[in-house]
Amino acid sequence: MTILKNRLFWPSLILAILLGINMFTSQQFLMIQDGHLFGTLIDILRGSAPLILVALGMTLVIATGGIDLSVGSVMAISGAVACLLISELGDQNSVGSVLLIIGIAIGASLLLGLWNGVLVAAVGIQPIIATLILMVAGRGVAQLITEGQIINVRSEPYATLGSGFFLAVPVAFLIAAAAVVLTILLTRRTALGLLLESVGGSPTASRLAGIGARRITIMVYVVAGGLAGLAGLIYSANIRSADSISAGSLIELDAILAVVIGGTALIGGRFSVAGTVLGAILIQTLTVTVVAIDIRPEANLLFKAVVVVALCLSQSPDFRAKVFGRFKSRPAAREVAAA
Amino acid sequence: MRRSMSVAVLGGLLAVSTLAGCGGDKEAGSTGGGDDKIVLGFSQVGAESGWRTANTESIKASAKAAGIELKFSDAQGKQENQISDIRGFITQKVDVIAFSPVVTSGWDAVLKEAKDANIPVILTDRAVDSQDTSLYKSFIGSDFKVEGEKAGEWLAKEYEGKTGDVNIVELQGTTGSAPAIDRQTGFAEKIKANPNLKVVKTQTGDFKRADGKTVMETFLQSTPKIDVLYAHNDDMGLGAIEAIEAAGKVPGKDIKIITVDAVRDGMTALAAGKINFIVECSPLLGDQLMEVVKKVNKGETVEKRILTKEGTFTPEQAKTELPNRKY
Repeated sequence: MTILKNRLFWPSLILAILLGINMFTSQQFLMIQDGHLFGTLIDILRGSAPLILVALGMTLVIATGGIDLSVGSVMAISGAVACLLISELGDQNSVGSVLLIIGIAIGASLLLGLWNGVLVAAVGIQPIIATLILMVAGRGVAQLITEGQIINVRSEPYATLGSGFFLAVPVAFLIAAAAVVLTILLTRRTALGLLLESVGGSPTASRLAGIGARRITIMVYVVAGGLAGLAGLIYSANIRSADSISAGSLIELDAILAVVIGGTALIGGRFSVAGTVLGAILIQTLTVTVVAIDIRPEANLLFKAVVVVALCLSQSPDFRAKVFGRFKSRPAAREVAAA
Repeated sequence: MRRSMSVAVLGGLLAVSTLAGCGGDKEAGSTGGGDDKIVLGFSQVGAESGWRTANTESIKASAKAAGIELKFSDAQGKQENQISDIRGFITQKVDVIAFSPVVTSGWDAVLKEAKDANIPVILTDRAVDSQDTSLYKSFIGSDFKVEGEKAGEWLAKEYEGKTGDVNIVELQGTTGSAPAIDRQTGFAEKIKANPNLKVVKTQTGDFKRADGKTVMETFLQSTPKIDVLYAHNDDMGLGAIEAIEAAGKVPGKDIKIITVDAVRDGMTALAAGKINFIVECSPLLGDQLMEVVKKVNKGETVEKRILTKEGTFTPEQAKTELPNRKY
């Protein structure tokens, strides 16, 4: 029964059920085509990469008791910067220039993250307000960069980021996986994770205990900005164009949902990177499943809502105790009566 | 007590001045028509897409060419901005007001004000749901249902005389939006007569490229044989092309593609043979608008519903048209 109490048991179970459904509906769930892995499972892993990256940053921010609403706008800006610069290249297929441009775009995203971090930690604005500024203004900046148009690029090295394969595995997923492994190593093998949780628990107590709470807070926003920028690059590389209006729109909500599904509380403190990754993959699988099982477009948000509500209820110990507790207590009561 | 008195007095003064303002408008409205240069107040939805930008530019250029003074305002996607823009035009006593309504409902009050001030109103691109159609003179814009019908007609002709099953998948626009609903019904009506043309899957791609790609990926995995893709705009079609290519199929050959809009990116794909047919949804209604503005300013009657001049494109036509595409 202990496995039932693990907070990741229920999300895992629902993910397994959804994947099971997809195995039946899909013609090609997992196979090899053109020398690389192919099929619904690969589509899900590749498609969930931007959300995993954004949710990863969000987990760290939420662990310190903050929140970052600007991630979608940062995605749009980073994609816009990259596509604008690449479209002006003489040779769009030059790997060196594309790598340099990717670096510039991520650099810009880190700066945007620094802006958020300074507003929150140095100026002392509440995180939800501080990041709301960039959420609204950032989308405007992205549209200014692209002049309201969709910028197309014909760069193969750049497209690889979104739809390429390395060792038969999608590059986008490898990038997300690398970011996850790095985050887990940094937070669980060093004292960083502990410091994050202590800042989330109580910034004042942490500062009095000698932890640079302000520096740590700024750092998580910078990291969240960088990861969102990377997600924006994958998003735009996937469609070989910068769509500043729809890139990353409402992704902040999906990211927060992924964090919550993963068992990290919004008040800060204890956090679970693995849980967030599970949550992000679950959300993407849900999106794919809606189409695969042919739910009508009008009902598709409702279907997602029902699954999410069921999931959140199943994670609540109080709710479980009420529903399952009844089944358990009855035989016990009968034994007592018999005795 | 003293404060509440002064508030009452101030309120009274305001009421009087508003009344006076209304009266002044009426007089000016009746004489204002005699000016040699027509003044047109135009309130645009915003600048949310390349299509909209082309629409704005067309209106500005046509006004200049027709010698009409244009007072342009951008509502930035908000109805309250648009209502205050229109009120502004009424106080400025422009000759004609034109606007693209952000949403369909909630216009009766402000349109009544314009009517009382004797200023004719023309709607462009999007309709309003007012019961009283005397509130506006004309509505110039595309008929989304006709667009769907054109797409359906082409497909029915393409498979004329063939009896084998044709599996169609449909990428819808934003759920509940007028273009999505009308493009779907128009298309369905035209292919109804051919029972072998079947829409096997339909799902929303929200008019976005990335969503078009994701949904098409799943269509490809879950549908054994797809012959035709009908996308409600070019962008979703372009996203779907990426998915089709990734699945090792040839867009335009293995899967025939029909889209709506004919923006430059779509036309480029059409000229390259990746899309087979595009139904145009033209933003270039500036010239037609200026004609109507001149007519209503003279007091002539105009048609209540004017369709934008738009065509359809095949790959060959796209090659000749592509260099002229401004948007």
